[in-house]
Amino acid sequence: MNIDWPWPWLERNLDDIAEATGEHLFLALLPVLVGLAVSVPLGWAASRWRVARGILVPLAGVLYTIPSLALITLVPLALGTRIIDPLNVQVPLAIYTIALLVRSVSDALAAVPREVTAAATALGYRPVHQFLTVELPLAVPVIVAGLRVAVVSAMSLTAVGALVGIGGLGQLITEGFLRNNGVELVVAIALIVVLALVIDALLLLVGRAVTPWVRAQRGTGASA
Amino acid sequence: MNAAFAWLFDPEHWSGPTGIPARILEHLGYTSLSVLFAAAIAVPLGAVIGHTGRGTFLVAGLSNGLRALPELGLLTLLVLLTYVGLLPVVISLVILAVPPILAGTYSGIRNVDRAVVDAAHGMGMRSSTVLLRVELPNALPLVLGGIRAATLQVIATATIAAYVSLGGLGRFVIDGNNAGPGSPDGYPQMAAGAIVVAVLALVVEGALALVERAVVSPGVRDAARAGRSARMRRRPTGDVVENPI
Repeated sequence: MNIDWPWPWLERNLDDIAEATGEHLFLALLPVLVGLAVSVPLGWAASRWRVARGILVPLAGVLYTIPSLALITLVPLALGTRIIDPLNVQVPLAIYTIALLVRSVSDALAAVPREVTAAATALGYRPVHQFLTVELPLAVPVIVAGLRVAVVSAMSLTAVGALVGIGGLGQLITEGFLRNNGVELVVAIALIVVLALVIDALLLLVGRAVTPWVRAQRGTGASA
Repeated sequence: MNAAFAWLFDPEHWSGPTGIPARILEHLGYTSLSVLFAAAIAVPLGAVIGHTGRGTFLVAGLSNGLRALPELGLLTLLVLLTYVGLLPVVISLVILAVPPILAGTYSGIRNVDRAVVDAAHGMGMRSSTVLLRVELPNALPLVLGGIRAATLQVIATATIAAYVSLGGLGRFVIDGNNAGPGSPDGYPQMAAGAIVVAVLALVVEGALALVERAVVSPGVRDAARAGRSARMRRRPTGDVVENPI
């Protein structure tokens, strides 16, 4: 393998690396956001109706089991997209995010203490208002935990798309492999890992910032 | 869609050394080899960490750190560093399979009822006997759960082995992609390969669930189930051991 002093290569290819990084973030993060938006109502339905849970949770398990390369390859067959289309990577990532979060959301909502919902109802909260301002916030720590797994996995799975010609940092991995360029390969891997960990840390901080009561409870030793 | 199924059910693609059955066997071969090696490393390690409580940071650190590592990158890097062959592929699959088995074994041992362990010590069992005859049998459901998660992860990742010139079911996806979208062996071959991998993953998942049911002692199984549902009612933590693959 060819590992030279990396700076000359990096300097010459900085624009390409930046472009691939931007593309990677777009490919990986958009589906996680869409997945989150879909999971909340689905998770709510699963926490509320036994039938919905009986369908959604096993279905999520089956979808989660299907290997990413298979799912990426099958999207054009199922949706009629072109063979090289960002959606071919984004749809599977959204599916994995939903499969992961539906269960988290539904478990978290089901665990909101009865007294809390009863108190909110007694205070005159309407169902939708109560869901948005009482139950959902209480579920945030569990949702954030699931979201962190989803986003980190999405960052690394996006690279698989390069095998079927879809861009992002995975393209640098396949290119580095084919050109026997170890620097390119290592740079791509490092960028994926570092970006994933940075986003993970940001989510952790945001999760803490929007749920100040969790730390307050921990401090006084009280429990939810 | 018809072209994919036509390719899949063409009898010509079901025989010979490059046929679907041969590729399935190759795929299962890579998978079982890697999972066996990983289990040989991770089960004893997880058992000792769980039993002694030393080295706990390894368990969480490994599974969180490795989740971010792109498998395609790991595999291609190892091949570039060594040579094109089975060894670098198996090594990278073992690296992927160790964390879930380690986490499963560790939490299995940790979750054994302390009263049971104390009773075993009280009966005069030696520490190693407690681990082998009390803690491990009780931890079996979670150990097997870890092995199941690892196996599915490896089945998914073994498709990438075709990219570094090995066999397995990824061959159909990679070859189809190289043949170009217009070719009759192009997208139909890719889709057929993808369908076979997906079905294989689901079948193996089901088979391992049956093995789990057959191997775990009924007393442990019922206790584990009761314990799990009681924990769920109390408070979900959002801990996720399995990754999307």
